[in-house]
Amino acid sequence: MELKQGKYKDNDYVRQVAEEKYKYGFTTDVHTEVIDRGLNEEVVRLISEKKEEPEWLLDFRLKAYRHWLKQTMPTWAHLRIPEIDYQAISYYADPTKKRKDEGKKEIDPELMKTFDKLGIPLEERMALSGLAVDAVMDSVSVKTTFKEQLKEKGIIFCSMSEAIKEHPDLVRQYLGSVVPYTDNFFAALNSAVFSDGSFVYIPKGVRCPMELSTYFRINARNTGQFERTLIVADDESYVSYLEGCTAPMRDENQLHAAIVEIVVHERAEVKYSTVQNWYPGDAEGKGGVYNFVTKRGHLRGNNSKLSWTQVETGSAITWKYPSCILQGDNSTAEFYSVAVTNNYQQADTGTKMIHLGKNTRSTIVSKGISAGKSENSYRGLVRVAAKADNARNYSQCDSLLLGDKCGAHTFPYMDIHNETAVVEHEATTSKINEEQIFYCNQRGISTEDAVGLIVNGYAKDVLNKLPMEFAVEAQKLLSVSLEGSVG
Amino acid sequence: MEGFNGQRSTVNGQRIKMLKIEDLHASVAGKEILRGINLEVKPGEVHAIMGPNGSGKSTLSSVLVGNPQYEVTQGTVTFNGKNLLELSPEDRSHEGLFLSFQYPVEIPGVSMTNFMRAAVNEKRKYLNLPALSASEFLKLMREKRAIVELDNKLANRSVNEGFSGGEKKRNEIFQMAMLEPKLSILDETDSGLDIDALRIVAEGVNKLKTPETSCIVITHYQRLLDYIKPDIVHVLYQGRIVMTAGPELALELEKRGYDWIKEIDN
Repeated sequence: MELKQGKYKDNDYVRQVAEEKYKYGFTTDVHTEVIDRGLNEEVVRLISEKKEEPEWLLDFRLKAYRHWLKQTMPTWAHLRIPEIDYQAISYYADPTKKRKDEGKKEIDPELMKTFDKLGIPLEERMALSGLAVDAVMDSVSVKTTFKEQLKEKGIIFCSMSEAIKEHPDLVRQYLGSVVPYTDNFFAALNSAVFSDGSFVYIPKGVRCPMELSTYFRINARNTGQFERTLIVADDESYVSYLEGCTAPMRDENQLHAAIVEIVVHERAEVKYSTVQNWYPGDAEGKGGVYNFVTKRGHLRGNNSKLSWTQVETGSAITWKYPSCILQGDNSTAEFYSVAVTNNYQQADTGTKMIHLGKNTRSTIVSKGISAGKSENSYRGLVRVAAKADNARNYSQCDSLLLGDKCGAHTFPYMDIHNETAVVEHEATTSKINEEQIFYCNQRGISTEDAVGLIVNGYAKDVLNKLPMEFAVEAQKLLSVSLEGSVG
Repeated sequence: MEGFNGQRSTVNGQRIKMLKIEDLHASVAGKEILRGINLEVKPGEVHAIMGPNGSGKSTLSSVLVGNPQYEVTQGTVTFNGKNLLELSPEDRSHEGLFLSFQYPVEIPGVSMTNFMRAAVNEKRKYLNLPALSASEFLKLMREKRAIVELDNKLANRSVNEGFSGGEKKRNEIFQMAMLEPKLSILDETDSGLDIDALRIVAEGVNKLKTPETSCIVITHYQRLLDYIKPDIVHVLYQGRIVMTAGPELALELEKRGYDWIKEIDN
């Protein structure tokens, strides 16, 4: 079946897909019962059983769960988090269970407006609204085409669940090696109850020929709230991966506690980009997703490279520090971030760059944008170990404030134990002033468009790091997120 | 490529007044600055408005372009037959009103290209013209840059960021050239300029002059008016136009200063 993205007739295509076997996500043998809310050891066992996992993985989950029981949620962040009742969450959702809104034939008009503004292609709108779930969107056929191309090169790109079945040794070798379940409260929780996620393995010397993004754009909804992703780039390989999408994502589940682990071997390079627009809550600050994520990359081999790029505009509370352990000599790490908060959103985000090897380099560019009554904090750590000779770090943390009622904070930490280290830090705080807006108005540019221009100019350095197709969407997303915040 | 001034300035054989201000009163921060301005500008005319500091010159230009910090308390302003005061600042611009700011603000991160492209295409949209393609737009930029001798590096720079005083003023006239307004207000465009910059700016303004377009030159000094020759000169004092005459009035003020005006107005 020849498929050019977006150039097929809907009906034919839906029929073809329905006729194909569903290769992704959970197996078709899964029962349809739903597990009640609450978390205890039985639930953990049940999750593992349903997914038909090997013993070692059940063991991993149980150890993590028992460890979690001994922990309490950390409170050091600059965030006000309402108490979370862990017993009120359902930890296992049958993937074949019909979604509430599947009976609907039309997309909510408000959502349509947002799709228009963001320039989301028509084919993807159905899927993003939760309709036509059975057709598993364009993604199954798209996935199939891509999968073949990838297979030829020996690249593994599949769901975590599938990876555990098809490549258990690989998974076992790396799972938890970058973020152990003992790392933090949410890492323990995720390790106990993780639902699904992506697994990527790039063999030695292989350059992945495409962005591993289009793939998961639409499927994001199915991966659930405790997502677990593992990416391994073997020697001299390259991959660029993009997670998330600009379309506003609603989820009944409020708490999202994901883990992303990345291992980069010698002379390999991984680019990991995130565009996140989870439902941020309403204008009064009610509802909204809590996005608590542990992301970490281990630059294991010499001359390895990892760059994190994130555009965070959604979620009621964002709490994440995509970090890098620069163990290999001559390794390079980058963190580029735009975090937008509006209305009552809160963000405490940043990165940790841990320099262990020799001649390592890290770059941090963080652009915070606060509007409404929101609070936006950058928290960063640059640590240089005693044996890490000639480490270099450059950090630039900028804050842009729109209005008088929002907050922007910077908490940079430097922990340097080697005198040859060169660490630079720059920080600016600015406000969009009315004069700039009026100047644009007098030239015929509306206030909304003016804010969009200014904000995108401000975030340019970060947006330029995104894969091109997403840079354009991300620009629109920034404008849309700040609607109504000025004037 | 269709420009902006396809519209005619006559209706039923009558010349539409470009601008008509009647009994305009305006305040800022609760203090009344304009105390009854009356002014008419016809297509093709150049009016100079002069006056001592604090007379209300900048207030007048701010009110005309709709700066929200200023409040109109009385009077009407008709521009091209439309009620100007009811239009948003953006729509006033789309209708053909342009202000060359006295202190052009810097907008870091926003390139001149993106900025001008947004401005030009917004105006075209308002006039139901198709947006310019990227190549058409760049061609337009090149054409208009030449008018004020603004070099190529300009396109990549952020709006007014790092521009010298002279470059900022030339940039204002460049934008004027790009937007082809019907009525331009030059608010103390000569302030802070050396003789060469002044000449380039003035020549630029003159090159853009057509029988259909008009200009209000607000200035403190005669100097600019040596280059941009006014048809009519007004003197603004304490929020009112106290004298109107031909270009010789400017020369008179140059010689005698503003004191004699203050004596005349009682």
